[in-house]
Amino acid sequence: MSRLIRMDHTGHTTLAEWTADDPQAVEAAARAFRDELDQGYFGMVSTGEGQAEQVRELPLDAELVIMRLPISGG
Amino acid sequence: MAADAPGEGLPERQAVHWRPIVDEHRLNRTAALWTATTTAHVVPFIGAGALLFAIQPLALPVTLASFAHAWVIPELYAHRGANVVKPKRSKAPAGAERVSVGLLGDLVGHEARDLHARTGLVLERGELGVWLVGPAGALLVRPGGRRVHCYCVRVNTRSGSGATATRPASGDPDLPSGDRIAHLLLALRSDERGFATVANLAFSGARWRVRRRVDPSVRPALDAAARSARALDRRATA
Repeated sequence: MSRLIRMDHTGHTTLAEWTADDPQAVEAAARAFRDELDQGYFGMVSTGEGQAEQVRELPLDAELVIMRLPISGG
Repeated sequence: MAADAPGEGLPERQAVHWRPIVDEHRLNRTAALWTATTTAHVVPFIGAGALLFAIQPLALPVTLASFAHAWVIPELYAHRGANVVKPKRSKAPAGAERVSVGLLGDLVGHEARDLHARTGLVLERGELGVWLVGPAGALLVRPGGRRVHCYCVRVNTRSGSGATATRPASGDPDLPSGDRIAHLLLALRSDERGFATVANLAFSGARWRVRRRVDPSVRPALDAAARSARALDRRATA
């Protein structure tokens, strides 16, 4: 089961869960992902130890997709 | 891990497009500039104090004041650097803090998780050195462990800043500290050089100088990063 989560004021919120063989869940997850992008979040997936990659489309095979906020110099 | 061309790497780089990408060469140049600046502050005060004492020994108090300036100015710079990892009380509810720390723990290994529990900082090895990431800043301990670059960097929770002018619906000042670190850590992992470019450099100097000024609870993290950075240096020279 793959998960789409957003790091927010609650710690994190699970926005969607899906399996690749469930088209309805996939569509709902993709919609939730696009909504978060529209809100200004970036989608991130881990690609190995100490490495992450930004994704612009929901990667259906990823176990965990995390939505992160933009950063800036303080 | 990093992308140098405009439009690649961290999207936040667009907000600071005039900054050259931070790489080995630029870090070394920055370090040399900070050393030169410190020398330019210290030497005149020491020289003037010594000269004054040689000419007129009764001017000893003025000489001592001059020496004090030579000591205090670099300390103030180091203090500014140390402040980027100053522990701050989180405004988030305890439950949210626990959840955020749990997620952060899933992103890092056992060693980093343990260090975070003790010091509030996450240790992350990169190509530029060893990073210590906190909720509102990061320290980069360079290979060899002798020099530290202190960066002020934060998660954007307000509208109109950073790469996007849109305020995320749930972005707010009550973001738990574990989440703040996780946001920064994911950005660092996706583009290390971009991360160092977007962040504001607060100080670059000797590790011992920063260590004296950081909160005592943070010192074990700095020591661990220095050990790790020495190992990086040994591997590079082997």
